[in-house]
Amino acid sequence: MYPNNYHYTKDHEWVAVSGDTATVGITDYAQNHLGDVVYIELPAVGKHLDVHQTIGSIESVKAVSEVFSPVSGEVVEANADLNNSPEAVNQDPHGKGWIIRLKMKNKGDLQALMSAADYEKYLEGLEA
Amino acid sequence: MIREPLIFEISDKGKRAFRLPKLDIKAKKHVFEGLAIRDEIQDFPQVSEVEVVRHFTRLSQQNYCVDLGIYPLGSCTMKYNPKVNEKVAALDGFAQSHPLAPADMVQGNLEIIKLVEDYLGEIAGLDAFTLQPSAGAQGELTGMMLIHACHQARGNPRKIVLIPDSAHGTNPSSAHLCGYTVQEIKSNENGTIDLADLSERMTEDVAALMVTNPNTLGVFEYDICKIAEIVHAKGGFVYMDGANMNALTGICRPGDMGVDVIHINLHKTFSTPHGGGGPGSGPVGVKAVLEPYLPIPRVEKKDGAFVLNFDRPNSIGRVRGFHGNFLVVVRALAYMLSLGPDGIREIAEIAVLNANYIRKSLDKDYHLKYTTPTLHECVFSDKFQKEFGVSNLDIAKRLIDLGVHPPTMSFPLIVHGALMVEPTETESRRDLDMFIEAMKQIAREAKEDPEILKTAPHYSYIRRLDETTAARNPIVKWERGK
Repeated sequence: MYPNNYHYTKDHEWVAVSGDTATVGITDYAQNHLGDVVYIELPAVGKHLDVHQTIGSIESVKAVSEVFSPVSGEVVEANADLNNSPEAVNQDPHGKGWIIRLKMKNKGDLQALMSAADYEKYLEGLEA
Repeated sequence: MIREPLIFEISDKGKRAFRLPKLDIKAKKHVFEGLAIRDEIQDFPQVSEVEVVRHFTRLSQQNYCVDLGIYPLGSCTMKYNPKVNEKVAALDGFAQSHPLAPADMVQGNLEIIKLVEDYLGEIAGLDAFTLQPSAGAQGELTGMMLIHACHQARGNPRKIVLIPDSAHGTNPSSAHLCGYTVQEIKSNENGTIDLADLSERMTEDVAALMVTNPNTLGVFEYDICKIAEIVHAKGGFVYMDGANMNALTGICRPGDMGVDVIHINLHKTFSTPHGGGGPGSGPVGVKAVLEPYLPIPRVEKKDGAFVLNFDRPNSIGRVRGFHGNFLVVVRALAYMLSLGPDGIREIAEIAVLNANYIRKSLDKDYHLKYTTPTLHECVFSDKFQKEFGVSNLDIAKRLIDLGVHPPTMSFPLIVHGALMVEPTETESRRDLDMFIEAMKQIAREAKEDPEILKTAPHYSYIRRLDETTAARNPIVKWERGK
């Protein structure tokens, strides 16, 4: 379910790293709890984000929630496809439903994040 | 069943509801010549009187309202609106008076404004009230502006407002609109404010804490006095969202708990109509230190007569035209006077009793995430039903089949799959039992025949709507031929 090569946060975001580029999205657990996503507010390219700074908000039929940046860096791309098909976040949260790409400022940020196995354990704790 | 057409769709050219008699004097022509006059309103519906009456009567029959049955929408306090309040508000002296009439012509109306301000002050334990804000959220914004003005006068408006994670969504919006950054305070295992988290975040950059008491779980913030001390020690203000005042009326007073500013929803606690039934009203009350900043004009008594005082240099100005939703205020006064002090205390007593009767009756059938004692509402979740693939949405839709308005869903956010039930004091034991029986039936159906829930409602005029498509591609304007 949760890709092994991704890093995860307690707020249910994931990061996939390739070189110094980090792709960020929300996890399957998060999309499942949000319900049908209807709108995603994307940040401007070039914006600098600190760890835990708000990337934007996600609106579902149930609620509006904020998405936080798991790592620091500069936004190099926002997933514009989500403007027309926000359902990608529900259908393919770990793939086509990605939200932004960041040029990472500090790779050390990743050390505070969870592995897939740790994240799954964390989720079990939440369900209990 | 046939869909009720829009009024535009039943329009026929030339039809009308009323025809004026023929002129028996000479018509004066071209009186508006040269002025920009519209000669036709595009697509204005043309229908006969009987068609108008039937159209809106049919629509009203598809609706559910407090005059039909229990309406346990948590946090909304959907209590019955006594008809005598309508009768009082319709009296000519109130209904026909002009909002710009000079003070000496409307002494009675000004006296009502002063009286309601004083009564609310007594109920909330605060020094002064304004009745201008037209709903709760505008009251919140007004309260934030008062706090901002006071900090500004002291030399530093500050930057941050603290809000618990169980708060109403309007709280962060109001603080944000006033220019503040919002920081969230975590709830502890009892569902109340985590004191350690609050102490850590409470700095001299914090303008205020916005707290709802009892909170959105229906739990009383037992540490409210300590919370206020922590906030006051750093020079901040305590703002209370009075949405849940129905749990406290006549029992205890926010002002005595250390609250500096509050808004009260007359359309919740004081039985004035909600939503389409009439405009709201969100009076704001303050401690004396914030009084100079209240909106103008203030109603004051001078030499035995009521006057409007505009000469208040520190005021944040007007927040609404005229004197707020005055006729709503009249209804609230009628309600307060018909209950009297003992009756006002009984509101809270019976509201709390009713909510706990429901909680106790259903706590085996529906999961309670927080088992802390609750006051006027209780928050169940769909955890037990999730096992059978049934969500809170399915439960809510099935309640429609059983003749009950569904409770508030998916709020507060700290309870997944929440069903927030607030019966209010106006429901009889018989009506509470009907609701409980409906909820028990649904819990049985979830185990035995979950499909009946997932396809509900079965008996309503309109069945399940495609909320996702409606939110993704909303069509908000009717256009001919589309």
